[in-house]
Amino acid sequence: MSALPSVSIRRVWALCRKESWQILRDPSSILIAFIMPVLLLFTMGYGINADLDHVPIGLEIHDDGELAHDFAQALMVSPAFEVHTGVPRRQLLDDVAHGRLRGIVIIRSDFSKRWTQGGGDAGIQILADGVEPNTASFIGAYVRNTWQQWKRGRQSGGEQKNIAIESRTRSWFNPSTISRNFLVPGEISVVMTIIGALLTSLVVAREWERGTMELLLSTPMTRTEFLISKILPYYVLGLAAMAISLIVSIGIMGIPFRGSLLVLIVILTAFLGAALGLGLYISSALRNQFNAAQAALSAAFLPSLMLSGMIYEIGSMPTIVQWLTHLISARYFTNSLQTIFLVPDFPMQILENLLALLLLTALWVGLAASATKRTLD
Amino acid sequence: MLQRLLKLIKKELQVLLGSNSSRMMLIMPVVFQTLLFPFAGTMEVRNTTIVVFNQDSGQASREFLQRLEQTQAFANVVMVHEESRLRDAIDNQRALLALRIGPGFSKDIKAGNIASVQIVIDGRRSNSGQIASGYINEILGNYADELSTGTKRPSPVVRNLYNPNLDFKWLVLPSLVVILTTVGCLTVTAMSVAREREEGTFDQILVSPLTPVWIMIGKAIPGILVAIAQGSFVALIARWIFGVPFTGSVTLLIFGMACYGLALSGIGLFISSLCSTQQQAFLGVFAFMAPSVILSGYVTPVENMPSIFRWISHVDPLFYMILVVKGLFLKDFGFYDVWQNIWPMLTMSVFTLSAALYMFRRHVA
Repeated sequence: MSALPSVSIRRVWALCRKESWQILRDPSSILIAFIMPVLLLFTMGYGINADLDHVPIGLEIHDDGELAHDFAQALMVSPAFEVHTGVPRRQLLDDVAHGRLRGIVIIRSDFSKRWTQGGGDAGIQILADGVEPNTASFIGAYVRNTWQQWKRGRQSGGEQKNIAIESRTRSWFNPSTISRNFLVPGEISVVMTIIGALLTSLVVAREWERGTMELLLSTPMTRTEFLISKILPYYVLGLAAMAISLIVSIGIMGIPFRGSLLVLIVILTAFLGAALGLGLYISSALRNQFNAAQAALSAAFLPSLMLSGMIYEIGSMPTIVQWLTHLISARYFTNSLQTIFLVPDFPMQILENLLALLLLTALWVGLAASATKRTLD
Repeated sequence: MLQRLLKLIKKELQVLLGSNSSRMMLIMPVVFQTLLFPFAGTMEVRNTTIVVFNQDSGQASREFLQRLEQTQAFANVVMVHEESRLRDAIDNQRALLALRIGPGFSKDIKAGNIASVQIVIDGRRSNSGQIASGYINEILGNYADELSTGTKRPSPVVRNLYNPNLDFKWLVLPSLVVILTTVGCLTVTAMSVAREREEGTFDQILVSPLTPVWIMIGKAIPGILVAIAQGSFVALIARWIFGVPFTGSVTLLIFGMACYGLALSGIGLFISSLCSTQQQAFLGVFAFMAPSVILSGYVTPVENMPSIFRWISHVDPLFYMILVVKGLFLKDFGFYDVWQNIWPMLTMSVFTLSAALYMFRRHVA
């Protein structure tokens, strides 16, 4: 291997032209760049919703007193729940088992007695469907919260003096705490990871399978020229896919965009380098479209969904898993996009992300280069 | 005919399992992801850093902060003494949330006024921020109760069914049984026909005495076998390595995986009947897989979705199969419970397989 890769502009141009013609001939590339972002962003944008409201729960009241009905009323008017009453316990439990209800609140017959006597038990029992842990803890927390407020309302003007500490929560960059505002930038990063994999995971394997790789190898083309010609045309398609994603997220879903477009393009370029590089590596290492497709399906979608920090907080994961997330370029892209969309000024963190993405680009493209042997074996 | 069919299936399996690299492709990603994702997929907040800007010099704020430091969720409680440091910590995400305690906090408590603290959360991860501020509110509430009466006051009793400790791994692993199988089963069906098309061997099969129906059966059965094998494999890891309880019957799980494999094979074959190259089939598989995982309710429950997406999730085989596997693991599902979710998958496979057959027949004609 020579010390400096030699690149002939003329040859790169010719190779890029060949690649572009191949792209234009196959309608699937156009579908990938223009239709897939819309399809994926819509399903993710509306399908993933971390804001819980109208959670379906069952309510049983075994106390005929006025107090019990007043508390039941407080639950029923809450926008957090969609309350079903008057159903027998067996039916309620069956509904929970099949996921039609997420929990049951039982106001026991000793509710009024407990209220006047006091004690450690309020006479309210909550059965939550633990199979959805997030919803279950929401139900528990929200019923308790409703209970506290209801109790305070009942006790006000009473003789006993209570000490109360309240907290006021402010959410910077996303004052109404709409989860979609930070989820959609994360989803764009998952979508772009998928697009990157779709674009390049099969291209080199295809050349090998069809025997055209052997033809290319018999030309004076260098490895660097070959890789450039496999990245540049797809980079352009990646830009198009990102433009579509921006139009959908800002124009249709109404996500605020407060940062700078220039910063976005710089970060996107570094990210596409890593995403396309990973695809090229899979493709040139496996040399077989069938296996490459399987590898790309496994490597692109779920890891970027699970390990990018979009839904699951990276800081809460075990240390080894946290280390592995450094290999996921979607992690840095998600974090950058969330900041670029929501934060008007420029936190230094973006530069750290940029550096990480450049290192990942070097890693994947480097691996792709080493897997592209200039030999016939 | 049956003998020819067996030959075809044998040939398919030889292609799938014949070479080291394709065998590895069916096993390694599944192993790796099954061991990794359960640790990642938690919405709990643990080991986080919070910053505190305390302007109060009294006893009460000190006691409250002590309680905060003892909470497992907040591993690092960092004190700052300037507003700008607080802002920087949130801006650059060095902390999940910031807490401001005003100068009058202890005095208010002493005087019996309503004392207050301010919580600043990062809107870029407001979900975790809200969960964490929930923990803080609980600490505040308990503290106030103890100051008023010396004891905790009565509150509702929560019992979590099926998963008493709300362990997220118990949610993730049964879902992974379904999700991870999807890749294998779809590639085996959709990509294999596309590969034969590209290599020209599909035409050879078409001119053999096997009719398109038999060819389709021959292509669907390897898909079903892959679904059963991979699904059982993940289920075994879930049961024996992660210790997720399995309350249902193994027979029902295998029966369910077979029906799920059939539904997926139908989709895979339908995709392949539309495609002439592997690149197109690859795109088709992705275009089906990513939305179907999202709409299955794995990430967030289906009832949170807008109604139109809820309807779509009812034609998503993953939605039904995740319910089946979760039920068999955690909810003691019997045949009738499973069957309620199996028949929609079987109905779907009738539709997709007929559509694929129609397309193949047209190809032959």
